[in-house]
Amino acid sequence: MNAEFTKQELAFQDEVRTFLQSEFPKDYRSKIDANIRLSKEEIVDWQKILYRKGWAAPSWPEEFGGTGWSQIQKHIFANEMGSIGAPEPVPFGMKMVAPIIMAYGSDEQKARFLPDILESNVWWCQGYSEPNAGSDLASLKTSAVRDGEHYVVNGAKTWNTYGQYADWIFCLVRTDNSVKKQEGISFLLIDMHSPGISLKPIVLIDGHPEVNEVFFDDVRVPAENLIGEENKGWSYAKVLLTHERTNISGVPRGRRRLRSLKRLATETDDGFGANMMENQIFKNKIASLEIELEALEYAELRTLASVSAGKAPGPESSILKIVGTEIAQRIDEIFVELAALQCLPYVPEQFEDGYQGASIGIESSASATLTYFNNRKASIYGGSNEIQRNIICKAVLGL
Amino acid sequence: MDFSYSEVQQMLQDSVQKFVSKSYDFDTRMKIIASEEGYSKENWQLFAELGWLAVPFSEESGGLGGSVVDLMVMMEEFGKGNLVEPFLASVVLCGGLVSELADEDRKAEKLGRVISGDLMLACAFAEAGSRFNLSKVATSAASNGNNIVINGKKIAVLNGPNADELLVVARESGTETDPDGISVFCVPPATEGVTVRPFTNVDGQKSSEIDFNSVVIPATARLGEKGNALGALEKVADRVIVGLSAEAVGALEVLLRKTVEYSKTRKQFGTSIGTFQALQHRMADMFIECQLARSIVVMAAMKLDSAEGQREKTKAVSAAKSRVGKAIRSVGQESVQIHGGIGVTNELDVGHYFKRVTALEIMFGNTDYHTERFASL
Repeated sequence: MNAEFTKQELAFQDEVRTFLQSEFPKDYRSKIDANIRLSKEEIVDWQKILYRKGWAAPSWPEEFGGTGWSQIQKHIFANEMGSIGAPEPVPFGMKMVAPIIMAYGSDEQKARFLPDILESNVWWCQGYSEPNAGSDLASLKTSAVRDGEHYVVNGAKTWNTYGQYADWIFCLVRTDNSVKKQEGISFLLIDMHSPGISLKPIVLIDGHPEVNEVFFDDVRVPAENLIGEENKGWSYAKVLLTHERTNISGVPRGRRRLRSLKRLATETDDGFGANMMENQIFKNKIASLEIELEALEYAELRTLASVSAGKAPGPESSILKIVGTEIAQRIDEIFVELAALQCLPYVPEQFEDGYQGASIGIESSASATLTYFNNRKASIYGGSNEIQRNIICKAVLGL
Repeated sequence: MDFSYSEVQQMLQDSVQKFVSKSYDFDTRMKIIASEEGYSKENWQLFAELGWLAVPFSEESGGLGGSVVDLMVMMEEFGKGNLVEPFLASVVLCGGLVSELADEDRKAEKLGRVISGDLMLACAFAEAGSRFNLSKVATSAASNGNNIVINGKKIAVLNGPNADELLVVARESGTETDPDGISVFCVPPATEGVTVRPFTNVDGQKSSEIDFNSVVIPATARLGEKGNALGALEKVADRVIVGLSAEAVGALEVLLRKTVEYSKTRKQFGTSIGTFQALQHRMADMFIECQLARSIVVMAAMKLDSAEGQREKTKAVSAAKSRVGKAIRSVGQESVQIHGGIGVTNELDVGHYFKRVTALEIMFGNTDYHTERFASL
């Protein structure tokens, strides 16, 4: 039993580290450290840098332009990205729709969509959830009715992340109402510029319109945009939902945040002549989280080792989602506790790119509450943590 | 990176598993606890024959040269069987101290008998005022010519009532928490001035309080250098902590399995209680706790076996004990809760596992202590 990297793996780690140090743009890095959002152009620019290096899609097979990396290499890459704070490519194209196109799409669809995803020429968004279909996703109602060489789509999708930037949306739509709800769903790719699509931003409690409602009003979609067979969409989507369940725990990002939390704490007065890092209660809270990350890291490594040994990532990986998000949320809380009065100002625009006004609150203290509020989403999205617990009960405990 | 067990580790695991399933059911265990010794001498001899007592010791000392990961594999199975035989107390803790401190002759002599199952040891280190601090030693050892005179009161001496020899941690110099000045002495319990008050712990294991009233022993009874035993004590304690954390992991998994099984058979309101989501999610959380506890113990065991520095090792051990302690609280309590009334009765094994893991959470530093130790490093 050992948790060591091989010589080759260590050399790879060095290569990744060196690349990120020199190629991840310094101004993006300082923005991320100051909790300022990157613009769409900056995100795309960064993804194109990764593309030029050949590292845009670590999880893709080589035949589609992936890296051909081992599980361990993917883990190392994700680790190094997280440690430096470099954003992972936006997942909707690269991690969510692309694997489905690869597995179930036609050759034409693969040739048409995959290269632009890899090169970050096209921005994808997700059309799954609906106002009345959240955790019970299969009860979705958006309909697609076949009309000659087209589907006519009507309905509404919600919690659509960054649809305002998107060129394409992948949707689950209902194509048959007469069968069990899971069996009448199809997987459709829709051009966001099609007539009849409209967007309504949803402003989250941190003040940022990160998600949208998307309305479809008699939107005509060429039938060639159907993935696989009609009414099989649910089975395709389910595969996607369990896809890439390793490297999702956010351990390196958590460690990076705790490092900056500790630094901030040494600079924060406790009001009694010492700093907050000298406060035993506060110190122990941070220690508990560091310990938690340690346990999570090894849980992830154990999953990774078993995947490397050829076993499919089992439902045990739901643990990584649950624990990863819950730890991240606890770190959010501690940032709030540390910032104290400094996080009360609600000036969300100062964390937008290009803000020119006076900054309120020391450093990024005022972002603590915003991050805390925003990140409550983490235990809700991607299959809420309650759904993950259902998966554990059903698939592991046999309940 | 490889988390699979070696062939030897698998054999060790099989061997303990077989013993537990063949010879250690609930009734047998309760009878052993009710016996005068509180452990089975036959079992102990069998452990010796199976080579288990030799696992932690170097090959030069007649042991099997087992790693901490080996110990972990074994202790996890001990935990599943909830064995009361004093393996950690006599072999890992005391044997470990002898191995760290004693000169070659004494090492060979004592460890040989530990390995053959003929020597039972107990370590008297804790005191009413020491809480979890190993360097807080008020018991004094004063030189008097060629003799040493020991005075003091020890508590929580695991395996004390059955020990052929006591390893007594006493102070030869310095203030009460001085890291220097601490020595370990071999004291036969029959020595004049030694009073052993035996009792059974909540987990069914034998323990004792021991008073030392002007106990005179030869200076040659000292293991190792004068006043220089703390480092060895801490090092051995770290190994014991990983061992008992692994034992807890085994016990917690049994609690989880038994709770899930019970929830599938216990019917209320016309259906098995395992169909209630209010209970399902709590069992999912128990599963998560078990997995995290296991993961961090694996981490700590591998760190102790590695070439890392002492600070990193100590940090890893404290991280593990702290995290396992949390899992003990939640999995232990939840398994009792989900079993309902039967869970708090003496007739079901669940309550006994709960009691054992509760003791494990406290021993060698509880969760808060280790969280703080982790934070201070």
